[in-house]
Amino acid sequence: MRPLLRSAFWKGTHVADLVIEGLRAEIDGKEILKGIDLEVSKGEVHAVMGPNGSGKSTLSYVLMGHPSYEVTAGTVTFKGVDLLELEPDERSRLGMFLAFQYPHAVPGVTVSSFLRQAINAHRKGGPDGADNPISAKEFGNKFRAALEMLQVDKSLSSRYLNDGFSGGEKKRLEILQMAMLDPELAILDETDSGLDIDALKIVSQGVNTLAGPELGVLVITHYQRILNYIRPDHVHILMDGRIVRSGGAELALELEQSGYAGVAPQQEV
Amino acid sequence: MAPETAQVDIGEYKYGFSSPETPIFKTRAGLDEDVVREISAHKNEPQWMLDFRLKAYATFRRKPMPTWGGDLSGIDFESIFYYLKPTEANARSWDDVPDDIKNTFDRLGIPEAEKKYLAGVGAQYESEVIYHSLQKDLEDKGVIFLDTDQALHKHEDLFREHWATIIPPTDNTFAALNSAVWSGGSFIYVPPGVNVELPLQAYFRINAQNMGQFERTLIIVDEGAYVHYVEGCTAPTYSSDSLHSAVVEIVVKKGGRCRYTTIQNWSNNVYNLVTKRAVAYQDATMEWVDGNLGSKLTMKYPAVILKEPGAHGEVLSIAFAGEGQHQDAGAKITHMAPNTTSVITSKSISRGGGRASYRGLLRVNPGAKGAKSKVVCDALILDEHSRSDTYPYINIGENDVDIGHEATVSKLGEEQLFYLRSRGLSESEAAAMIVAGFVEPITKELPLEYAVEMNRLIQLQMEGSVG
Repeated sequence: MRPLLRSAFWKGTHVADLVIEGLRAEIDGKEILKGIDLEVSKGEVHAVMGPNGSGKSTLSYVLMGHPSYEVTAGTVTFKGVDLLELEPDERSRLGMFLAFQYPHAVPGVTVSSFLRQAINAHRKGGPDGADNPISAKEFGNKFRAALEMLQVDKSLSSRYLNDGFSGGEKKRLEILQMAMLDPELAILDETDSGLDIDALKIVSQGVNTLAGPELGVLVITHYQRILNYIRPDHVHILMDGRIVRSGGAELALELEQSGYAGVAPQQEV
Repeated sequence: MAPETAQVDIGEYKYGFSSPETPIFKTRAGLDEDVVREISAHKNEPQWMLDFRLKAYATFRRKPMPTWGGDLSGIDFESIFYYLKPTEANARSWDDVPDDIKNTFDRLGIPEAEKKYLAGVGAQYESEVIYHSLQKDLEDKGVIFLDTDQALHKHEDLFREHWATIIPPTDNTFAALNSAVWSGGSFIYVPPGVNVELPLQAYFRINAQNMGQFERTLIIVDEGAYVHYVEGCTAPTYSSDSLHSAVVEIVVKKGGRCRYTTIQNWSNNVYNLVTKRAVAYQDATMEWVDGNLGSKLTMKYPAVILKEPGAHGEVLSIAFAGEGQHQDAGAKITHMAPNTTSVITSKSISRGGGRASYRGLLRVNPGAKGAKSKVVCDALILDEHSRSDTYPYINIGENDVDIGHEATVSKLGEEQLFYLRSRGLSESEAAAMIVAGFVEPITKELPLEYAVEMNRLIQLQMEGSVG
C-alpha cells in the first residue's frame, strides 16, 4: 500500500512541482504580470508562447528571483517551498535553472572554473553546508559528456565565461550548464533566438536528452520553431501579462497558422 | 571542514593578533639626531654610514610633506618608535627563534611555505631580521641573500658600490626618512648567469604599537642572471597608527631579469609609504608585481628606469581599497634608450567607501627612438560609496615612439551578479568571482601558491561586502 506522506494524497490529487497562482509582478512601478496561474511537474514539457512585451522574460526572471522585479500578489511554490521567499542562489540550489536569453560575460573566469564552483556551491547546499567538492575525475567525466552532447569543442573549458562568445556559443553553454547542474525544473528563455537551424537542432537534442521523469521544462518562446524539436505536452499563450489560452501541442501549430491575434482574439481585460 | 561557527569573524582582518612586546633594545619615541646616532652605534656601523644617515636626517627635516596623493596629516612623527630590536639572534634555524616570534611566523605560515616552495627566506620582526636561510646550492653558486645590516658588514664594497645610487635620500621625504633610520630589509646578489629558480621570500611583520618599520632592500642581478623575490607583510590591528616606509633599489645588469612580487596586507592602521625603483641595463628585464590589499593609506609607485637599449620594464598592480582605505598606487617608467619597451597593467577595486587611485608616470626621453609602451588601467567599483581615480601622466620627448593608453571604469553589475547567483553562488561568492576574474591578468602571473593566497585574500575582503 502506498504510504500517505503528503497532504496532497489525502485530497486525492497530485500537487505539481511548480505551482504559480495569481502571480502579479512589476518593474519600476509598471505592472507586467497581471495574474499568472501555471503548474509544471517533473517529466512535463510546457511551452509559454507570447508576442513581444507580453511578459515572457519577466515571468522567467521573476521565477528565478531577479532583484529588479517586485512581486505584488500571488504565490509560487516549488517542491512545496515558498519560492518567493528564496534568494536566486537558493532557488538554484533547490533545483531551478534559467537558461538566459542574454547570458552575461564574466571576463577572467574560465568556463571550467565557473562550472566547478557552481557545482560545488550546489553540493555545499548553502553558507551553512559542509564543503564537499566534486572530484576532478567526476567533474571531468561529466564535463566531457556535456561537451559531446552539445558538440562543443573542449577548448571552451579554458575560455572566459561568455566573454567574446558568439550568440550560438552562449546558448549552447547555457544548456551545457543545465546539463552540469542537474536541475529539476529548467526554464529556457528564448533559447532559440540567435540560433541557426543546425545549432537549434543540437541545442534542442541536448534539452531532449536531459528531459525525462526527473526534469520539468518550461520553454519560453516567441516563435513556434523550437517546438518542432522540443515537443511540448502543454502550450500556454501569454498576452499582456496573462495566460489567455492553454492547450496541447496542437495549440502551437494553430498559432503558427493564425498568429497571436487569431488564437486569442479580443481578450477582455 | 571545521564548523562554520569557527569562522564567525570571516571578512575581518585575519592577521590582527599581536604578541607581547619584549624588546631587548628600543629607542625612545620620536626622532632627532641622537636617535639616529643611537641606531647607528647600536648596529656598530662604519663611519660613512653614520654620516649618510645624519645627512639624510637633515634632508628629511628640510623637505616638506607631499601634498598630492593621500592624506598624511594623521602621521605623528613624534609618537613613533623608530627602532626596536626584538631579539639578539639572527637565526639560521627556526628552533633558535624566540617562541613568541616563532609562533607569530608559524601562524603566518612562513616556515611551512619555506619547506614547500621557497629557495630562501628572510623574516623581519619590528626593526630586525630575526631569521634567514638560503638553500645551500645557491650559496655555493655565489648567491648572496642576507639581511641588509649583515650585508653591510660582510660585503661592504659591493654594498657601497650600489647603495642609494638609485634612490638618493634627496629623492623624496620618505626616502630621506628611511635613509636616516633604516634597519633590516634584504640584500641580494645573483652572480652572472645564475638562475634562481625558486622564489626568495622576505616577510615583514610589525608587532609593536606605534612602530615605524624602515627596511631597506638592495637587489643586484648580474649579467644574464635571474631572481624572483617575494615580499609579504602584515601587522596587528591597533587603534593608533604605525608607519611602514621602505626603500627598495634594484639593479638588473645586461640580459638579467628580476621579478619583485609584493603582497601587501598590512592592517588598516598602517601608513605604507614606500619608494621602489629599478634600473634595467641592456636587454635586461625588470618586473614589479604589486598587490596592495591592506593598510590605511598606501602611496607606492614602483619605477623602472630603462637605461640601455633593449631594456624591458613591466609593472602589474592590483589595489583593493576597502572601508577606510586609500590605495594611491601606480607605476613610473622612464625610457632613456632606444628600443626600450614597457607595459603597465593596473587593476583597482574599491568598495565600502574605499578609494583606489592609479597614479602613473610614463616618460620617454629624447633619443629613445623606437620606444614602445602600453598602459592599461582598469577600475572596478563595487558600490556607490566608493571611489576610483586615474592620474596618468605622460611625458614624451621623442617622436619615433609607439605609446598606447587605455583606461576603463566599471561597476559591479547587478545583471552579472544575478546571472552567477542563478547558478547557485551566494551573493558574496558571485561578487568574489567577478573580482577574481577582474584581477586574473595579474594573479595568473603569480606562482600558484601566491595566486591562491591572493584570491583567498580577495574573498575575505569580499565577505559581507555586498547586499
